Amino acid sequence: MAETVFAPWDDPNEKPLIRFQNVTKRFGEFVAIDDLTLDIFEKEFFALLGPSGCGKTTMMRMLAGFETVSEGSIELAGQDIAAVPPNKRAVNMMFQSYALFPHLSVYENIAFGLRRGNMPKHDLDARVTEMLKLTRLEKFARRKPHQISGGQRQRVALARSLAKAPKLLLLDEPLGALDAKLRQATQFELMDIQEKTGTTFVIVTHDQEEAMTVASRVAVMDEGRVMQVATPERIYEAPESVYVADFIGDVNIVSGQSTPMGEDRYHISWTEGQQPLVAASDRPFTDGQSCHLAVRPEKIAISAERPPNVDNAVQGTVLDIAYLGNLSTYYVELPGGQIIKSQTANTRRISRRSFTWEDTVWVSWTATAGVLLAQ
Amino acid sequence: MQRFALIAIPYAWLLALFLIPFVIVFKISLSDIALAIPPYTPTLSDGVGPFFSALDFENFAFLASDDLYWKAYVSSLRIAAISTILTLLVGYPIAYAMAHAPEEWRPTLMMLVILPFWTSFLIRVYAWMGILSQEGFLNQFLLWAGLIDAPLTILNTTTAVYIGIVYTYVPFMILPIFAALDRLDGSLIEAAEDLGCSRLQAFWLVTIPLSKNGIIAGSFLVFIPALGEFVIPSLLGGSGTLMIGKVLWEEFFNNRDWPVASAVAVILLLILIIPIVLFQRNQQRQAEEEA
Repeated sequence: MAETVFAPWDDPNEKPLIRFQNVTKRFGEFVAIDDLTLDIFEKEFFALLGPSGCGKTTMMRMLAGFETVSEGSIELAGQDIAAVPPNKRAVNMMFQSYALFPHLSVYENIAFGLRRGNMPKHDLDARVTEMLKLTRLEKFARRKPHQISGGQRQRVALARSLAKAPKLLLLDEPLGALDAKLRQATQFELMDIQEKTGTTFVIVTHDQEEAMTVASRVAVMDEGRVMQVATPERIYEAPESVYVADFIGDVNIVSGQSTPMGEDRYHISWTEGQQPLVAASDRPFTDGQSCHLAVRPEKIAISAERPPNVDNAVQGTVLDIAYLGNLSTYYVELPGGQIIKSQTANTRRISRRSFTWEDTVWVSWTATAGVLLAQ
Repeated sequence: MQRFALIAIPYAWLLALFLIPFVIVFKISLSDIALAIPPYTPTLSDGVGPFFSALDFENFAFLASDDLYWKAYVSSLRIAAISTILTLLVGYPIAYAMAHAPEEWRPTLMMLVILPFWTSFLIRVYAWMGILSQEGFLNQFLLWAGLIDAPLTILNTTTAVYIGIVYTYVPFMILPIFAALDRLDGSLIEAAEDLGCSRLQAFWLVTIPLSKNGIIAGSFLVFIPALGEFVIPSLLGGSGTLMIGKVLWEEFFNNRDWPVASAVAVILLLILIIPIVLFQRNQQRQAEEEA
């Protein structure tokens, strides 16, 4: 039996859990969210990714009920939630600062939400214990928040927001305060917990690696608009705009004019006196249309001799070399001043570097290595 | 050595301005009244032996036998306690509003709270006599507004004392509560609402407990001076207002009975030590929590 792929967004019969419909949010003159439409499905781990000030936190705060919508509507499980105050929503939030109650113990922090409902004492205790176990905090139940480490605090915040079994959990930069090592471990823990509880997670982050690691789909935002919503692979390999290509990972952008050559192939004339580049594209381009070719550095090979049978090969000189341990990135200056980054994996230990500064080299890539973008 | 010199300064201060005067007052409280200058015996000029043998606890026994003093202490405690609660009820909303006011307003609001200290306390209490008296501004206003038919008697009652104490000490309540509320992280309130609290519940379960230290500090700062308050009850309170500060004044200056007055002062200090120690412990615990 083939395993079904989790992709409710491709199924037209699937009803979204959250539906943003033409949502606009203004703060005075400033437009924080600009006519935004977006569906998020049940059991998704959805990431809102963007630079600070792009409106991702505002979207999350509107979901939690701390901000009202200026125009449009937000539906949760088919119901417009505009009039529902935060304390009546089946939505819980994990705050960036964790917002743990400093006067309450870890146990009482987790029990806080449950105590607001009329849960019998026995059930409450069982639920809190379950949460403590889920987040491996049993030993710290009696401690106060200031008596535990940052990573433990993060887990208390998670346990507290999950305790009421919300339909939707919002995570505002949940790992921002942790150091790099702990952050990685916690990312997998978050995914694990999300899978175990089956809760829909919406995470806000400015860290693209974090978004790519944890999310089933990523929405890249800029200036109050969603630029693209797709799975991490598609966001990386098939960005729809230069902004998305540039925001996620490293990319080379070569701008030029397209000439259709048939069979989804295009020639791009990019600088005077150079061979046009060859690129494949599903998206149609007209003759002479200005376009941008985006190629990831790891898809560009570097060699001393011109490699035979490649679609694109350009000669240039090595300008800079960035040695990152596992990878080396060569910055190659092409005629006309364009700089192309080429990345190679350092698979062998203490191998002699083939190229050094000022060397003349060839950079090459195939027609399908890049994405041709109109904007 | 340097460290010793540094801590010696506050101790020297305490010794010179508190401990030595207290020992003198305590000595007087053990003496007998005399028609002399100073108005008590014995003095050290009587010789060391007779000096010590003449001291006794007679005045304290007298305080215990006359229920005027007991009543004055109890009444003072009651008035101080009630006015502390009233000050809290007035001061908390002001502090809360200040902490939630727009950033650019806060220095002005803070200034307004502190501004009354720029004029003499005595003048401000006299001003209240003008406001509260039969022909005062308050009665004039209420009569003009048609809310009352005959002027209210407020001056020379305990009510006037409460008004005076609340007015005088409310900044001492506002400032520590404001400091506590100002530090309060707004996301805590949002977290409480997110977890199912109404606004009121969030206030009760999060804001109040987290401003507890401010409330305690403010309450002591009002209660301690209010207990020994003399000016307010003697200017605003009538003969019906019994407060220990007033009794103390009358013993010293009307009766010229320094030994009994000193005994009253010693007892007052002993009563005050309890809240002062509690206050100190609260401050210390707060400092430890923040560390």
